[in-house]
Amino acid sequence: MAITKRQAADLAKQTFDYAPAPEAIDHVRIQPRYGLFIGGKMVEPHSKKRFPTINPATEQKLSEVAEADAIDVGKAVSAAGTAFTSWSRMAPSRRARYLFRISRLIQERARELAVVETMDGGKPIKESRDVDIPLSAAHFFYYAGWADKLEWAFPNRRPRPLGVAGQVIPWNFPLLMLAWKIAPALAAGNTVVLKPAETTPLSALLFAEICQQAELPAGVVNIITGAGKTGSLLVSHPGVKKVAFTGSTEVGKLIQRSLAGSGKRLTLELGGKAANIVFEDAPLDQAVEGIVNGIYFNQGHVCCAGSRLLVQESIAKPLLEKLKQRLSTLRLGDPLDKNTDIGAINSKAQLEKIQALVESGIEEGAEIYQPECKLPERGYWFPPTIFTNVSQSYRIAREEIFGPVLSVLTFRTPAEAVEKANNTPYGLSAGVWTDKGSRILWMAERMRAGVVWANTFNRFDPTSPFGGYKESGYGREGGVHGLLPYLELV
Amino acid sequence: MANKNGADRVDVRKTYKQYVGGEFVRSESGRAYRPDGMVNVPRGSRKDLRDAVRAARTAFAGWSGRTAMNRGQILYRAAEMLDARRAEFEELLGGGRKARAELDETVEVLVWYAGWTDKLAQVTGTVNPVSGPYFNFTIPEPTGIVGIVASDDPALAGLVRRLAPALCGGNVVVALAPEHRPLPALTLAEVLATSDFPSGVVNVLSGQRKELLPWLASHMDVNAIDVSGCTPDEVALVEAAAADNVKRVVKLPAGERSPHLVTAFMEMKTIWHPIGV
Repeated sequence: MAITKRQAADLAKQTFDYAPAPEAIDHVRIQPRYGLFIGGKMVEPHSKKRFPTINPATEQKLSEVAEADAIDVGKAVSAAGTAFTSWSRMAPSRRARYLFRISRLIQERARELAVVETMDGGKPIKESRDVDIPLSAAHFFYYAGWADKLEWAFPNRRPRPLGVAGQVIPWNFPLLMLAWKIAPALAAGNTVVLKPAETTPLSALLFAEICQQAELPAGVVNIITGAGKTGSLLVSHPGVKKVAFTGSTEVGKLIQRSLAGSGKRLTLELGGKAANIVFEDAPLDQAVEGIVNGIYFNQGHVCCAGSRLLVQESIAKPLLEKLKQRLSTLRLGDPLDKNTDIGAINSKAQLEKIQALVESGIEEGAEIYQPECKLPERGYWFPPTIFTNVSQSYRIAREEIFGPVLSVLTFRTPAEAVEKANNTPYGLSAGVWTDKGSRILWMAERMRAGVVWANTFNRFDPTSPFGGYKESGYGREGGVHGLLPYLELV
Repeated sequence: MANKNGADRVDVRKTYKQYVGGEFVRSESGRAYRPDGMVNVPRGSRKDLRDAVRAARTAFAGWSGRTAMNRGQILYRAAEMLDARRAEFEELLGGGRKARAELDETVEVLVWYAGWTDKLAQVTGTVNPVSGPYFNFTIPEPTGIVGIVASDDPALAGLVRRLAPALCGGNVVVALAPEHRPLPALTLAEVLATSDFPSGVVNVLSGQRKELLPWLASHMDVNAIDVSGCTPDEVALVEAAAADNVKRVVKLPAGERSPHLVTAFMEMKTIWHPIGV
């Protein structure tokens, strides 16, 4: 008896360490410097300027990429414009073939792309390997099939492509956002100039190689790198007929304003501050997994992250206990390690933004909880964080933090949950957890959000339209609805 | 023999008013203007516009919550009410074949969209075959408050071509009557007021475009704005102001008549649920 007791005490004290399980990187070749992908070739930038892209987990420089200036942007748009003439007239079934090829090439080079994505962006390898890259390939495969079926998608109309699409994407899902932009644009018969984010340009530059391997006609896809200045030159270029932007609401508004009167078509996928609502009859363990996936997936660098937890008052205490316990088991560290749950914050600037908002939460009177968590010495890191005692007026409950920070609020009635959930200028996503079917549909109907996850969270699929209400933007990506922004229906 | 009510009859003239929150009101500013030199028309103010938006927001939950069938019946009743007042509208539109053709089209537009309310989700919604054990579907939902800037020509059809699809989708509307020919639009409000639309679902303001448009375009509680009646300069102004709250600016051609015009005022909502035992 005494022995059993001692054994139990020993077990409780014992900690289990995970042996390191790093993903191999020797099969990946990152060039020391990259040019711009224009007209089917990698070319030297006219600007002659380059800037480093670093690994946010180590702060080491991975490569130097070009900073495209006005002349570079002009060349890319002009290459896309020339390519549009033949690409838009090509038999749609041939266009489809190229897209199918691209999808297959992404699958073939999946591991390499996953490693590059993780090194350049800081996300855990298990996410880039199991989510980003497979979904990117699936997206091209899905839209490949649409290329020669457009007239079935829009009966009684003759769908026509728009021309050159200027596309600007963020750093949280670099290759996946590229796929969401390029696949429907090309399937519809447009050509594109795409600018990846300045902190994560490498997977897009690898994608340029994939276009070459696929023998995609020159100029159909052009990739230019640079920061905000380059993006603004791209969207304002007169040769661009359609602009698609994914990023912050702040920049989205600037773009919408700057395009006023230009006649360009615009779609925006912007920020969010999603409510994840847990009712007292929800399966708690599943809900805890959903909450964790909702806010700590990709370090919370997710526009549709479930950053506001609304929990029914009666179960707030047990749910938070379970949640805190679950948090203590999350592994933060080397993104290339296959056991890592939480990787590095994408950039120093983003880390500082998260720190400032967390600081504001403490100042405004919220109660902070962070599990014991050793942060690596180099790189940009932030521990998973929960705020309780949060009022709706606090900045941490209103502003998009884009980091692993959860604000917890409570409610008593379903009507109160709806009121609080919709009390935001954003409207990208929402989550609801309950065992009662009629309540799920009642809630889903009332959430002013483009995606509602019921008893699940953060699921994505190429067939499933994604996009926002209100200040989270307009237009949909994915599904048949994702074709519409790239077509004129005559 | 001269009839007491014959040639000497003194007409009981109509006072033209704005239609806000289900009531016919003068401008709170007390101002009026005379677009045809004769008839006084309320010159709506910024405050009128804000009152209209507030009335519309109040009406939104009720109207968007109506069944699709019910919305269709109310739109159809608007067609009935309009058709019953053909003589009055023909005169307002200047009479003759052109006026009759415009009236015919206007009634037809209302009937056509009345029939779309309960088919829209079936034609534009989808069930999405996602790769995983989830039931996933997409349905159209109204975006909220739609601002409509109607064109002067045609003065009645121009407004109804946009009003009908916006209402069809379950939105509520704040419309600016054509500045130079406001009477058909203001009279249409009387038709709508007798068609069982709940108060505030449609609001019609009159006045000067340059005075009202900037406030409509920049209002933080207006979700979308249709610019079919705007000049290119006005479109540019609206698009710049619309960025304040990421308003949807609907620019489809004036003659567009399709379910895509209805969904231009709508949001697609996608719902996921796991499948399991």
